[in-house]
Amino acid sequence: MKSDKVTKQILFAASLIILLTAAGMVFSLIMGAIPVFKEFGLGFVFSNEWDPTEGRENYGALPFIAGTLITSILAIVICLPMAFSTSLFIGEYFRKSAVASVISSMVDLLAGVPSIVYGLWGFYTLRPIIMELGLSPQGYGVFTSGIILAIMIIPYATSLSNEIISMVPNELKEAAYSLGATRMEVVFTVILPNARSGIVASYILAFGRALGETMAVTMLIGNSNVVPDSLFGTGNTMASVIANQFGEADGLKLSALIGIGLLLFIITALVNWIGKIIIKKFS
Amino acid sequence: MKAQIELANQDNSSYRKLKDRIFFWFIVVMSVVTISPIVMIIGKLVVKGFRQFNFNFFTQTTPDTFEAMMAVSQGEIIPGGILNGITGSLLVVVLASVMAIPLGVIIGIYLYENQAKRYAGLIRSIADVLQGVPSIVLGLISYLWIVKHVTTGFSALAGSVSLCIMMLPLIIRSTEETMKMIPTSIKEAGLALGVPYYKIILRVLIPTGFSGLMTGILLAISRIIGETAPLMLTTLGSPVVNMNIAKPTSAVPLLIWEFYNDPNMVDLIWSSSLFLMGFVLTLNIISKRIAAKRRTI
Repeated sequence: MKSDKVTKQILFAASLIILLTAAGMVFSLIMGAIPVFKEFGLGFVFSNEWDPTEGRENYGALPFIAGTLITSILAIVICLPMAFSTSLFIGEYFRKSAVASVISSMVDLLAGVPSIVYGLWGFYTLRPIIMELGLSPQGYGVFTSGIILAIMIIPYATSLSNEIISMVPNELKEAAYSLGATRMEVVFTVILPNARSGIVASYILAFGRALGETMAVTMLIGNSNVVPDSLFGTGNTMASVIANQFGEADGLKLSALIGIGLLLFIITALVNWIGKIIIKKFS
Repeated sequence: MKAQIELANQDNSSYRKLKDRIFFWFIVVMSVVTISPIVMIIGKLVVKGFRQFNFNFFTQTTPDTFEAMMAVSQGEIIPGGILNGITGSLLVVVLASVMAIPLGVIIGIYLYENQAKRYAGLIRSIADVLQGVPSIVLGLISYLWIVKHVTTGFSALAGSVSLCIMMLPLIIRSTEETMKMIPTSIKEAGLALGVPYYKIILRVLIPTGFSGLMTGILLAISRIIGETAPLMLTTLGSPVVNMNIAKPTSAVPLLIWEFYNDPNMVDLIWSSSLFLMGFVLTLNIISKRIAAKRRTI
């Protein structure tokens, strides 16, 4: 039928749109970043000097790449025990019970809180605690951002691992119980080895989320354009520097910010791709 | 095998049982720690935001700094509201949905119909990559495309384009998953009757999977409604109600950012956040309800 052909063509055309969008995004970012790469070459990626003063402009993305990686790694380290426990709580210990569904919907809620609300909460609740503990005089910094990021990525880290943990076949667990294993031993000798790659993949995807978070980090990291000197030092991430400095940017500075956007795009795409490959291998 | 031998060698069962108890309580305590932030966040928003909630809050635009300062110094609540933010958020989100929902559903159906094709695999991977792109980068893109070349200035359209790209992968994925769950016999029955293909999509696939599509769409909207970063780069903000898609527009999350940066208006952040959070929560609950209903059928 003729109409069938037209329908198929429409479906195909729609799929082309997303292809073009993605290609256009890469193209625009590269085009926008060309001036800064022309000016500084690869030094843009490896230089740690960021000076927008006119006349002696110098742009290096290293402080922000470092800031992004440090906060995200810190976030995943803090998130690990919490997400791991919650996954076991929902997927094994209280599987299919009412408590588990309450906990799981509350974790889902965490994903629904807007980034800026996390920022406010971090600023007005978490920051005073950090100051109280004497960890940092102003309460800003890498550590504070890391904690907030950890809370933000918990739902991403747990969503997949819950399912995979609950999918471990009962026969395997029962075999271990019949040998006299305690529940904890079952967790570490049966469940974890079976669910390993799925759990790893969900942490990688959560890590990818942490890399690109903007508002909460912008409000808490202290916004100094240097490589963080300690766990409690201030810094800036790639996302937060774009948010902070975009307002007054044009010319070479705008190009530098777009360059940072391009680097962020590449890093997150790479991390997500690795996560997806692990999931695919697993299923 | 090694693990089993180890188990057999350990004959200190009371020690093992103790370890097991401790581990159990570790899990329980850590899980409670994990969910405590959400309780604290909602608690704080309700306690601090409730005071500002009144009729004016929804019907007036934002006050200027001076008005706010006067009110604060006299110990009154800040006059005015966030009407410009509410209308702006609605405008941007509706515009993004109008673009993203039809396109996303069509692409999802395409992927479902061409599962094994390599090209479909490519499109699927692209959707996955797009889903992982940080929202601020989407803001940059929309700035380069729309703000610079289409509306030549900050605009609601630019904001909705960045949010549209954010929504697309979520809708594509949920559409494809929903379609996969529809029994093929229903589709084949239609085909056997000689119904044209587009009618099968409109009359069979979409109605049958409606609740699944709805869940995906509502979740996608709840994801984008709180986005601040891309809007800072695209819609900029506006103190008045704006319904022109080519003009700068405000949005609730943008207003929260402005209030946060203005010491006189700081009191308004809690009520605005409470409003935003309430909206997101409602969308989440509705979509959960729809999903749960579907499972029981």
